[in-house]
Amino acid sequence: MDEKRFVYADNAATTRVDPRVLDKMLPYFETGYGNASQLYKLGRDAAMALEEARKNVAAVIGAQPKEIYFTSGGTESDNFTLRGMAHSKQARGRRHIITTTIEHPAILRTCEALEKEGFSVTYLNVDNYGMVHVDELEKAITPDTFLVSVMAANNEVGTINPLKEIGALCREKGVYFHTDAVQAFGTVDIDVNEMNIDLLSLSGHKINGPKGVGAIYIRAGVLPETQITGGGQEKKRRSGTENIPGIVGLGEAARLKLLEHDEEVARLRHLSRKLIDGVLQIPATRLTGHPTQRLPGTCSFTIDALEGESLVLLLDNYGICGSTGSACSTGSLEPSHVLTGIGLPAEVAHGSLRLSLGRFNDEADVDYILACLPKVVDRLRSMSPVWKG
Amino acid sequence: MLYSDKVMDHFSNPRNVGELENYNACGEVGNLTCGDIMRMYMLIEDDIIKDVSFKTFGCGAAVATSSMATELVKGKSVKEALELTNKAVMEALDGLPPIKVHCSMLAEEAVKATLADYYRRQGIDPTPIVGNIESANVVTHDVPKENE
Repeated sequence: MDEKRFVYADNAATTRVDPRVLDKMLPYFETGYGNASQLYKLGRDAAMALEEARKNVAAVIGAQPKEIYFTSGGTESDNFTLRGMAHSKQARGRRHIITTTIEHPAILRTCEALEKEGFSVTYLNVDNYGMVHVDELEKAITPDTFLVSVMAANNEVGTINPLKEIGALCREKGVYFHTDAVQAFGTVDIDVNEMNIDLLSLSGHKINGPKGVGAIYIRAGVLPETQITGGGQEKKRRSGTENIPGIVGLGEAARLKLLEHDEEVARLRHLSRKLIDGVLQIPATRLTGHPTQRLPGTCSFTIDALEGESLVLLLDNYGICGSTGSACSTGSLEPSHVLTGIGLPAEVAHGSLRLSLGRFNDEADVDYILACLPKVVDRLRSMSPVWKG
Repeated sequence: MLYSDKVMDHFSNPRNVGELENYNACGEVGNLTCGDIMRMYMLIEDDIIKDVSFKTFGCGAAVATSSMATELVKGKSVKEALELTNKAVMEALDGLPPIKVHCSMLAEEAVKATLADYYRRQGIDPTPIVGNIESANVVTHDVPKENE
């Protein structure tokens, strides 16, 4: 194990574009560059590519193609949902939104912006695994509630929420249900009809597709107020000349996810199991997130007596890319809100390391991580005044 | 967030890491909640810092500023070491990102806390000499008072 390797273990942050996705996209830069709104063949071909991508995205979640609208990514889809439903006629004057404390900042900062406008938001606590409890949600719903937004799977600890139960409750209470499925799309089995989901956000760059493109699923009949106005594209729901290469990439990435789903989930579970078992051999380490209801590739640990940013930087010297929720790395001097939300004290949250495996990781990558990580941990602990080794 | 090459060097190859075999001063600053703890050891003879080392729990900047601070005080007189500022540490490292400036403060305080310990061991009240060190008040475990 003397040779340095490059091991990208931060797939939860972003992913490499699959070569098959890139191949599908390239013609739309070079020859198929038409504007999908135009009358001539070049334009009509672009429009057809758009519709093929739409079909492929819809198929992953059991939606109809006409319920899929393309955006610039997960963040835009989250903003569209929250701001759009808050200002929609369908809110019928109701002003209360329920979400969770461990959502992505795209949800949290937007909720805060809506609070400044006079909306009220309940941020539900999650349990120590990061899971939402449906009975807590039920207690929080009032006649003033019009929207519940709960992420399908958490980006930091990987916990998958009980979408079917949440959806059933929301349907019963007459409340719209949105899920930020950016981490879960294509990995977790989601059926928007079985789960009574009204809106869903998804993103290309988390599923081996390109950055800068995503989509929002909007159930037929649900009418969030349009946020991006202009030329009237996407049935006036989201204007702007369509990013055909990006959307084609997203469509192909979605198609491959669905096609290869079962083997890929099994493969990632196997690799993660090996990684987790190996890391937990290191003294004073812990796995966070739910033991079984978790994303197959996301492995988030806490490692006592060392600090996450230095851990990530030293791993980088070995060619390994990982991430941390430690305060020093968030840019705000507070540890990650997710780790705090699952009840970890700051001292423990500082030693967090997230390794997230994906399509292009293999067994040799896991072996390499397991060879390097203990060395890095030992080194940092030997330098640490709080390690009583 | 961009660290300078000097910071990355002092982080990846820190100087003076560990616990001195012979030391007669030890100070510790920071706290676990903040995520930064620096402990410094010094061997001071004839008012000269003959040897110095550190142990740090913290980010890249924390390790780098500790390392640089020990380099800057090694071989210096106690009087000179008391004059070490966080600015000097940052300059020696070719600067720090704004959010990491507080780590350099901690390095300055670690030096002062260690010198305060030196004075205390001699029965001299360190406060008029060293001043009030903000972060040297929370020690989360026993700081060794004597060499074993």
